[in-house]
Formats: sequence, structure tokens, C-alpha cells
Amino acid sequence: MQHFFTRERIIGLIGIITALALLWLVQQSVPNGAISTLRIPYANGKPQDAPLFDIPLPTAFTIYVLAGLLVVAAIGLIWRQRADLAPAYMGGVIAVVIVSILLTAIVNNRTDIVDMLGRMVRLATPIALGALAGILCERSGVVNIAIEGTMLFSACIGFIVSLSVGNSWIGLIAAILAGSAIVMVHAVLSLYYKTDQIISGTVINILAVGVTGYLRTSVILPMEAGGNRGAALPQFDIPLLSNIPVIGPMLFQHRPITYMMLMMVPLVSLMLFRTPWGLRTRAIGEHPRAADTMGINVNRMRYFNVWISGMIAGLAGAWFSLEASYNFDDVMTNGRGFIALAAMIFGNWTPFGALSGALLFSAADALQIKIQGFDFALPSQFVQMLPYVITVVVLAGVIGRARPPAAVGKPYEP
Amino acid sequence: MPPVLEVRNLTKRFPGITATDAVNFTLEAGEIHAFLGENGAGKSTLMNMLYGLYRPDEGQILLNGHAVQINGANDAIKRGLGMVHQHFMLVPTLTVTENIILGNEVVNGLLIDIASAQQRIRSLAQTFGLDIPVDAIVHDLPVGVQQRVEIVKALYRGADILILDEPTAVLTPQEADDLFVVIKRLKAQGKSIIFISHKLREVLALADRISVLRRGKLVGDTTPAQADEAKLASMMVGRDVVLHIEKHPATPGEVVLDINHLQVADERGNIAVSDVSLQIHRGEIVGIAGVQGNGQTELVAAVTGLIQPLDGTIVVAGADITGQGTNRAIDAGMGHIPEDRQQHGLVLSYSIADNMVLSTYDIAPFATGLVINEAPIAAQATTLVQRFDVRTGSIEALASTLSGGNQQKVVVARELARPLKLLVAAQPTRGLDVGSIEFIHKSIVAERDNGTGVLLVSAELDEILALADRIMVMYRGQIIAEVPGAGADRNQIGLLMAGITSTGATA
Amino acid sequence: MSIPPPTPPTNGWRTWIGILLVPVLAIFTALVIGAIIIVATGADVISAYGGLFMGAIGSPRAIAYTLVEATPYIFGGLAVLIGFRAGLFNIGVEGQIAVGSMCAAVVGAFVTLPPGLHAIVAFVAGALGGALWGAIPGWLRARTGAHEVITTIMFNYIAIRSTDYLIKVPFLDKASSSQRTPFIAEGAQIPFLFGADNRLHTGFLIAIVAVIATAWILKRTIIGFEIRTTGANPDAAHYAGMNVPRTIILTMALSGLMAGMAGASQVLGLEHNLKASFSAGYGFDSIAIALLAASNPLGVIPAAIFWGALRNGAGLMQLNSGISINLINIVQALVIAFVAADQIVRQIYRIRSARSAGITLSRGWGR
Repeated sequence: MQHFFTRERIIGLIGIITALALLWLVQQSVPNGAISTLRIPYANGKPQDAPLFDIPLPTAFTIYVLAGLLVVAAIGLIWRQRADLAPAYMGGVIAVVIVSILLTAIVNNRTDIVDMLGRMVRLATPIALGALAGILCERSGVVNIAIEGTMLFSACIGFIVSLSVGNSWIGLIAAILAGSAIVMVHAVLSLYYKTDQIISGTVINILAVGVTGYLRTSVILPMEAGGNRGAALPQFDIPLLSNIPVIGPMLFQHRPITYMMLMMVPLVSLMLFRTPWGLRTRAIGEHPRAADTMGINVNRMRYFNVWISGMIAGLAGAWFSLEASYNFDDVMTNGRGFIALAAMIFGNWTPFGALSGALLFSAADALQIKIQGFDFALPSQFVQMLPYVITVVVLAGVIGRARPPAAVGKPYEP
Repeated sequence: MPPVLEVRNLTKRFPGITATDAVNFTLEAGEIHAFLGENGAGKSTLMNMLYGLYRPDEGQILLNGHAVQINGANDAIKRGLGMVHQHFMLVPTLTVTENIILGNEVVNGLLIDIASAQQRIRSLAQTFGLDIPVDAIVHDLPVGVQQRVEIVKALYRGADILILDEPTAVLTPQEADDLFVVIKRLKAQGKSIIFISHKLREVLALADRISVLRRGKLVGDTTPAQADEAKLASMMVGRDVVLHIEKHPATPGEVVLDINHLQVADERGNIAVSDVSLQIHRGEIVGIAGVQGNGQTELVAAVTGLIQPLDGTIVVAGADITGQGTNRAIDAGMGHIPEDRQQHGLVLSYSIADNMVLSTYDIAPFATGLVINEAPIAAQATTLVQRFDVRTGSIEALASTLSGGNQQKVVVARELARPLKLLVAAQPTRGLDVGSIEFIHKSIVAERDNGTGVLLVSAELDEILALADRIMVMYRGQIIAEVPGAGADRNQIGLLMAGITSTGATA
Repeated sequence: MSIPPPTPPTNGWRTWIGILLVPVLAIFTALVIGAIIIVATGADVISAYGGLFMGAIGSPRAIAYTLVEATPYIFGGLAVLIGFRAGLFNIGVEGQIAVGSMCAAVVGAFVTLPPGLHAIVAFVAGALGGALWGAIPGWLRARTGAHEVITTIMFNYIAIRSTDYLIKVPFLDKASSSQRTPFIAEGAQIPFLFGADNRLHTGFLIAIVAVIATAWILKRTIIGFEIRTTGANPDAAHYAGMNVPRTIILTMALSGLMAGMAGASQVLGLEHNLKASFSAGYGFDSIAIALLAASNPLGVIPAAIFWGALRNGAGLMQLNSGISINLINIVQALVIAFVAADQIVRQIYRIRSARSAGITLSRGWGR
């Protein structure tokens, strides 16, 4: 009996149940003949200008079609049991849910969809950067669940520095350095003292909450009371490219850290799979003893990679306090560090895979913000929960098939 | 001409033990020099010093007449020492080429130049007649090919001296023969070879000189012309060794294990056991011979209830236990001595007493209702420790403090303490000293004489030949032959293990 | 490090000292660093720590308040500790407490039952709510291998959001101006021990009983043996016939049960309602308690009382010396850091470490 319900079949069943739930949603909250209009504006247009074009979609019909596609694909998945397509299918389910909720929320109304796409890329920044940091650590064989704490700590330090000198670029550098510093605590605890890596990661997270909480009340509030200095990192529109409809606002009208994220994904991918450093990194995460016999200093590479990953996590932290807003709140990171880990697992420990995972979560986030302006059947708290629910679903569905680096989590004794 | 490698008075001590004790030997150019010794005799420590992984406490290593200090694997390689480990040092998820150039990458600017690397490797492999697929991923390759990759890896880095550690442990007799051909070819090309083994026959077949280690000391330096198996064995152990066990003929009773058309998948979803049917009777030992990796692990896992088979039935003493888990198998009267005693057989952080009740903690008299009764557990442990001669100070001592042989005795004691109908023993004496091996073999035979059916799975053909009443050979997931245990022909079985049936065709 | 399971004291008092030494020294070192920070900000160490001490245990009322603060930490520490023994890392205590509080508050305010029985049913409801909220990630871990570290954290967010909605909409006390559930019936209250002014309620006694029960379960029962073996070597457990997936789910359920009781005891014994902004950060602190207790249930009591003392005394410390309450957070974080990395403490104070094979939590992801 247990044998019948393989992972692929369960995922397929979940897809079918989701499709049915969507049908129920349509029955409940979509009036007959309702039309949802997706507006695509010109790249540099204002809301009141005429759009490039509007896409009117019959709400109920569109959702029926999407649900039907889910069911067809589910049947294919159940029949053929293609394990490698399961993550893609799950991504499809999530995308359909997001689109359906969007369409349902804007019945007999219209909304600009391009700004949502742009926001999706923006919100993916900390998750994708966090996932890159995670990939660097885990590919080297080190479990790092302290990305959340690292981001929080860097956000705080970066903001403090920016307030004191009035320059958020300097704050950015400070955040990167802060990230690399605190992650070394994790490195030393895990690699030198051989502490259990999950515990040492949790210690960092706890330490970060404690320290940043203290700094906020004792340092930041007084500084802010004394007069605000500095501003968030500015947006740069890339000339020419930013004028392309849809793609322009989505990729070329961002702030610096987002651009850095978009460049780092292919860069890290290239480094990991085509350079000597990348080859050695992959080796020490899979079979450190073999790498050792080839003359590679396993622990030194691990320290180095963890240090670099700390910088990336610091960059992610800076996004919260210097780019998304110019501010520091308690627990500002709100679980993004853990979602980054889920994105990393979803992406099979590859940069591009992690980016697609990050986009999945940020799409849910962007959705939640978009429909706040509209009347939607479910209470706001439930839509806010969506990214977290997605994380759980993704983890449960993907983890068994995804193969982490074999030596991850085990300290190496040369 | 000084010898290519000379070791003088080499000594290495660890807390509580002298692993290498004033060892002297030489290796001439183009010589095949074998090192014999039991587990724990100090072969690995000696080789690790040659390979730079340990620093000697006393003594010298001389290469071509010059005293050297070898600091680490990289240094050893630079000096021309290449090692092929028993457990391969290959990264399974990387390709052959990537594994070979790791640490020494061929670059074009900042990126790796895979094409040039492959070119170099191909031509090198050809020189030595070693055929390897340069862009295959290592974990897809069969074990014999992986070993060749290891050898090419050593040669690629300029090794003149090759150290091979138990190279035939994972090969069929036929693959081992192929390896011997390669070794002879390497010798013809001027390479010098040290190989470590505990297999007497191989050593006699291949070596030019033989050195025997016992408890860290070099106790014998001889040649195949001057020695035979018995002499080598007694040098290894220090006394005359009984190579065969006294065994009465079996008196099989009713069927106690009935496997029908069993089909089992391995971890990665490939078919590992394919349409296997066999029967075991009470009071007989059935040995499954075969090189590791032909489905024995999965067969044992399915029979003991660890994994669910894809198809087929497993019936123990009339009860169908197929796919119902380990608890059901235990309830049906099965005992299991697992392959990996430390990982699967024992909880190292538990006391001996707690380990003794790992399967029986929830039944009377060890538990009443929900509560565990400590006194009967302690009494049981004391009795068993005595009966099975487990050398320990107290039953409360942690299992991690025991030697390998004593740990295995705890596992055996625990399983045999229950009334069993069927005993499944997988590699029961791997890595043990001769004394423990003798004891465990005697226990298994005693259990058989008591009316229990025994399924013995072992990669050591000698063990199968010594114990089994019937021998089955497993190859590529199928039972391809069955021969009676008495008077079995080792060579015939060796061929069967390689898939070559009596018709001469490959199975 | 692996969490050392309590080894039976073979050397009598010497081994106990060894086990106690590290947590005590960790606390001491953290307080020293705290003192350094106090000096660095220009405040007076004596008045700061003096205020801390007096506020914590300076009067019978202070002691009562400290024990009240400690009560949820006892339950939370037990919750995490039970998970640790099975090799599971339950970071979901926060969410499980939320669910437990919600269940207790709802049963206490919206259900009618005879007094006394009402309290028992409400308490059990809270406990079971927490158990369920722990069992689901446990089931995910057992069935799919999804690591409970991430799933329990996600469940925290889900629980917080859900209870936020439930308090503000269906179960809102419409008669009140603040956002909370209605006050529970008097018959659902858990009685105070020394009168309402002293705040100490029976929940504290229930917590002590829970500690003893946990210790007994782990050491003397079949399920305890299974839990410990799963934590020490899940492969060996499987090979020996134990149902490891079932043990994982049961452990997480038991863990969540304890957390649920934390929430229930707060609602039924102290607050008598549930406010929309009740989150108090018990999750990570419970981890600290479990680490300080060195995985021994009895150790949870002193550890939780210490934690409660810090929390309770922080108010007076701030009053006396102007040091922000957040300093306590740093001291607590440092204590956790030093206990978790006991090697650091051992190195500083040159203690030889006991050779004990413990439980490993990071086996990577997946099964």
C-alpha cells in the first residue's frame, strides 16, 4: 500500500486537489461573466497614461483552463512517475495558484501586472542571495542555517554605519564586512570546535536577535532621534534596455543590490562549474578525504568559502535596511534566511535553480502585496502565510529526491 | 644502484600502542613487493607514513638513496609516490577527468580546459594499456574500472612507485586477474609496486618479494619460492592456524525460508535483485557467494524486512513477512547480523547491557507494560557476556570501548540469545582478528546444529567454503548457480562469481 | 559538539560536577561579558547587577514572579529537550505555544462546562493543540525527510498569522477595546497558589510534575528507550525492529504537547485571555534551557528558574541603572553560545572534556 503512493504520485494528487480547490474558489467568489484585466503599460509610463495593451481574461474560464492543465499534467506525472519533473510540476502548481488568486482578486477590475513582475524580482533578491550563500557553504560541506541571523546582523550594522556617515554605499560595505565577520563565528564553532553545525547556526541566529535588538534601542533610536542622515540606495535605470516593455521594468529598473544579485547568479554558476576553485569546492563537499589526498586543504577552503558566503549574506542583509527601505526593525528579515535555504534545496544546490525557487516565493509575496488593494475572499493573514506554506510544500516534495552534497554537515579530520 | 625506496627503523606510536615497530625493508626498481598482515598488523599505518599522512616518530625513509621527509599527500606525489586506497579516493559525482586533474587543473585563462585534460589523460592511459572512459561520471562506473581510474590518476601525477592497498577486495577473481596483468605491465614499464593484502594466494601468485607484518613488526621477509600458504599464515598469526573448521555434515529439516520470485530495487531505483527464488531448511547453512555489489545487500535488506521488495514473497517458517518491516521479521523468528556492526548493529553510545536488548526491550521479562525492568536486562547481559567471551570490564561499559571483535560478539550474542528459526549473517567476520573469526564461525555452526537455518552472505570465498552446506552464487542480481558445499571447487566458483557459467557463456 | 546524553555517574560526585561545571561557567562568563558591556556604556555595574539580583529574588513577591516567569520556560525547555533526545530539533515551540494558547483560550471562553472540569478540559485542549502542531512537522520529517528545522520555523509563522486572524475576527471580544479573546470563565481558571497579587499559579506545579514525568518516560519506559535509540543511532534502531518513523512523530507530538501546556498554563493560570500581540519569544529561549539542562529533564528546572530570574530582574535593572532590557537578550544569547560550544568554555577554563558519544542533529538534509 505504501508502495503505491510514491512521492511523484502524491505530488500529482496534491496538484489535483489544488485544482479542485481553485474550482471551488471560482464558484465562491467569481461572479458570472466576470473579466479580469491585466494591464501592460509602457516601460516608463505613468498609471494614468494609455497602456501598451490590456489583456482582458474571462476570470472563471481562465482558471478552469489552468486547473485543467494541472490535472492533465498530474495524470501524466502519476502515470509516468518522472521523478525529475516533480519539482517543475510543483513550481507549476504554485504558479497557477498565484495567478488564480490574482485573477480572482481583480474581478471586473484591472491591474498593472508589470509592476508586480518587477516587485517579484526585487523581493527575490534577499532570498536568491541567501540561497547563493547557502550554496557556497553546503557545496563545501558546511551546513549553514545562520543565514537569517547573518542577514539580520548585517542589516543592522549597515544601517548604523550609514546613519553615522550619511552614506548608504559605505553602509553597504559595512554590511558586507559585518556578514563576513559573524559568519566566521559559525565557521570557527563548526570547523574548529566541531560543534554540531545546526546548533552553531542556531546560536548565531539567537545572538543576532539579541544583539540587534539591543543595538536598535540603544544605538539606532538615539541616532535617529538626533536627525536622520543618509537615504536608501538609489534606483538606476539602465539606458535603452529599461525602455523595453515588460522586460524593462522587470530587469532593468532596479536598485544596486538587485542588479548585483542578477549578475551574481550566472557568475557563481560559472565559477562553480568551470573553474578550478569550483571543482575543488564541489570535491570537498562530496568526498573531502579524496580531495585531501589530491593535496587540497579541505578545512582552509571551507573557511574561505564560508567567509565569502558571509559576504553574500551580508549583501542580502543590506538589501533590507538600505535598499528595500531605509530603516531597521526588529527581526526585519522575517524568515527570509530560511526560505533561502528552501530555495537552495529546491534548486538542487545550483545558482539558477535557487533563483527559480526564490522567484516562486517572491511571486507569492508580490501577490500578497498586490491584492491588499483589492477585495479578496480570504483574510489578509492567510495570503501573508502563502510564502511560508509554499516553503513547507516545496521542502516536503523535493527533499527526498534532491541530493545534497554527500559530506555536508560532517566536520573533516585531516 | 640504491633501492628505489628504503625504510630504516621506522617507528610510529599512538597512545597505548606501537603501530609500527622498527620496520626495515627495501624496494628495488621494477619490483613487486607484497605486504601481508592481519587487520591491525600495521600495514595501513606503514603506508600512511610513506604517503605522508603520518609523521614517523623514529627512523628514516630514503628515496633513491636520499633521506626524505614526506609532508602530506601532495608532497608524496611530487616525490613520485602514488597510492591507490582500498576505499577509492574518487569523488563519485565528478567525471573521470575531473577526478584525475583535481588539485592540478589544466587551465585556459581562469577556466578549466577540459578538452586538453582529456587529451593528455587518454594518451597516458594508452601508454599503459589502461582503458578508461574519460568523460563518464565515476559513480556510474563498475568497480574494476574505478580502480583503473585510480591507477591512471597516480600515473598522471608522475608516480614511479605505486602503493596498492587491498586492491582485490572488491574484484571478482577474473577482474583480479586483469589487475595482475596491469600490474605486470606497469612493472615492465619500470614502475615499482608495493601491494598490501591479506590474501595468501594472490600474494604468492604475484609478488617478487613478500614482507609479513605482525603487531607492527616485520616478522618475515621471503619470496614465493621459499614459502607457501601455511607458512605465510603462521607468520601472520604467530601460531599454527587451523584453516578449516571441524564440521559435522548437515541434517536439514523442514523449509524455514522460502523466497519466491523476489525483485528488489536498490537506493537509486535500479533493479538489484531480479527474480530470485531459493529455499533454506532448518539445520543447514546456505552460503551466497559473490562479489559485493551484485545484489546481496539488497537481498539481505529485503529478507530482514528493512526495505520493501518490488515483487515476490518472503516466507519465514510458514509466515509471510514480505515488506512488513523488521519487527515482523524478528517476531517470525529471524535473527540478523548486519554487515556494518558499528552503523547498524550497535548503538555505540549505549552500554553493552542496553545493546543486548536492542530488539527485545519491549517484551517480557525485560519490560512489563510500558515500563522497562532493569534487573532482568542486567542478568541477561552478564550471562551473555560470559557465554560469548566478550572481553570487557563491566556490562555497563559503552559499546564504543570494545574492540571490533568484541563488538561483533555482542551483536552475535544478542541475536543468538533469542530462539531463532532463521539466522541471516551478512559479512559476519569482516575486519576481525583470527580469534574472533574462529569464535563466530563456531557459533554459527553451533546454531546450525541446533536446528536453525542460516543464510550466510559473504564476499570472502574462504568463509563460504568453510561454513556452507550449499553454495549459491549471485551475479547481477540473480542466483546463477548452486553447488554442494562439500568438495566445492574454488576455481569453478570464482568463474561463477564473474558470471561465467559451466557452458562457458557469460550469464 | 553533540549533546551529551546524561551518563550514569560512575565516579559519583566528580561526574556530576563535570556535567554542571560547563553550564555554570558559561553563565558566569556571559555575565562577565555583560558587565563589560555595562561598563562600556558608562553605567554602574553594581547598581545594574544589584537591580537584577534584587528584582529577581530580593523579596518573596520577587521570587514568586520569577517562578511565574519560569513556568513557560520549563515546559518549553522540556519540549526542546524531548526532541533533542530523539535527534530532532524542534524550533517550533513558538508556534506550538500559540496553538496551545488559542485552544485553551477558546475552550475557556466559548465552551460551557462545570467549574473545575472546565479548567481540565481547557488545559488538555491546549496541550493537544500543541501536540498536533508538533506532530505535523514530525510527520513530514518521518514521511518525506523534510528537515524539521525549516518546517517548524515555517509552522511558527503560519501559527502566528493564523492565531492573529482568529483572535481579531471569529474569537474577538467585541465588548473590549483591545484586541483579545474574551476572559475565560472563572471555572476554567487554574487557581493561584498565593493569591492573585503574587501571580504564582498552579501551572508551576504542573510544570514540575511534567519534568518528573518526562524524566521517568525517557529513562524507564519502552517509548523512552525508542526515543533515545532513535537519537543515538536511527539506523541501528531500524535494524533492531523499532519503528523509527512512528517514534519521530510521537516525539514531535510529545514535544508539542509540552509546548501546548506552556501556552495553556499562561492563558488559564495567568492572563485568563489571549491578546493579539502575545508573542514573547519563547521559541529560541527554550532551546537555551534545553542546552543548559544538558539534555537532563531535571536540569530544566534550575535552568528555567535562572532564565525567569533574568527576565524578572531586568525591569529593576533598567530602573536602577538605565541599562536597556535588551542587554539581557545579549547575556542570554552569550550563555547559549557558550553552552552550545562547550569546547570554548573548556578551553578557557582548562577543563578536560568527558569522552561521550552524543547525539548528532546535523545529518544533512533529507533522511
